[in-house]
Amino acid sequence: MAGDRDRALALEFPPLTFDVERGRLRAFTSAIGEQDPTYLDVEAARAAGHPDVPVPPTLYFSMNLEQADPFWYLHALGTDLRFILHGEQSFTYHAQEYAGDRLMLQSRICDVFAKRGGALKFLVNDTEVRRGDELIAETRTVIVVRNPEARA
Amino acid sequence: MSATEIPQITVGTELPAVQVPKITRTTLALFAGASGDHDPMHIDIDAAKSVGLEDVFAHGMLSMAYLGQLLTDWVPQSAIRSWNVRFAAIPPLCESDLHGRGHGRRRRRRDARHQGLARRRHRHPRRRGRRRR
Repeated sequence: MAGDRDRALALEFPPLTFDVERGRLRAFTSAIGEQDPTYLDVEAARAAGHPDVPVPPTLYFSMNLEQADPFWYLHALGTDLRFILHGEQSFTYHAQEYAGDRLMLQSRICDVFAKRGGALKFLVNDTEVRRGDELIAETRTVIVVRNPEARA
Repeated sequence: MSATEIPQITVGTELPAVQVPKITRTTLALFAGASGDHDPMHIDIDAAKSVGLEDVFAHGMLSMAYLGQLLTDWVPQSAIRSWNVRFAAIPPLCESDLHGRGHGRRRRRRDARHQGLARRRHRHPRRRGRRRR
């Protein structure tokens, strides 16, 4: 377990670029059944006082998935993706983001621990989202890895 | 419609309920594409069965997106400082509509008075469990 944790904490995540595009926002908000036109249409967004279509609260999680292999770090740690679950998710917002902006995401694994005698392993992955030098948002994702062979 | 004003928030404030549509395989397919989460557990029944599950299950982030709408229907998004969701159970495909409700709690009396901050505790009823802030 100690070796796992050290390896995980030592992983270097390459910075990720995410361009916020209206079409992508609309696809996301449509898929989640959003009815508020502010999130669907730029004219409605501007009528509501926004400069463009706003990024909805949970899209920051999806930004980290915009890469060829978003779970590369789990592969690197030898994790079987069939046994992972999303355990917990946090968002902290420092500014509102809109379509047209370019964001940079920097992630790192900040903790790894086990419970139930190793039957459950938890990876805590923190991401900072910046627009230039400005910190826009922070996310914390807790991935739970089930180990069906471990005794609970 | 999204809110434009910060409501009065006190201990026990109840957030407006949100009605969400049935979660079908089509819902999961569209959300997988739109969210970028292509985990086969959500869209490939063979993959789900290979680990002993009966069927695919919904993304936790889909439920969190519904809760996000509960929040933005209640207050302007700019008023949301931070929130946290713990996923308590695997969300199944649902035949019936879901009903999400939240209960607001004042975080710090002084902060709440000046900034309208509140810790939000959400209970999202499911067949097999609940997730809350």
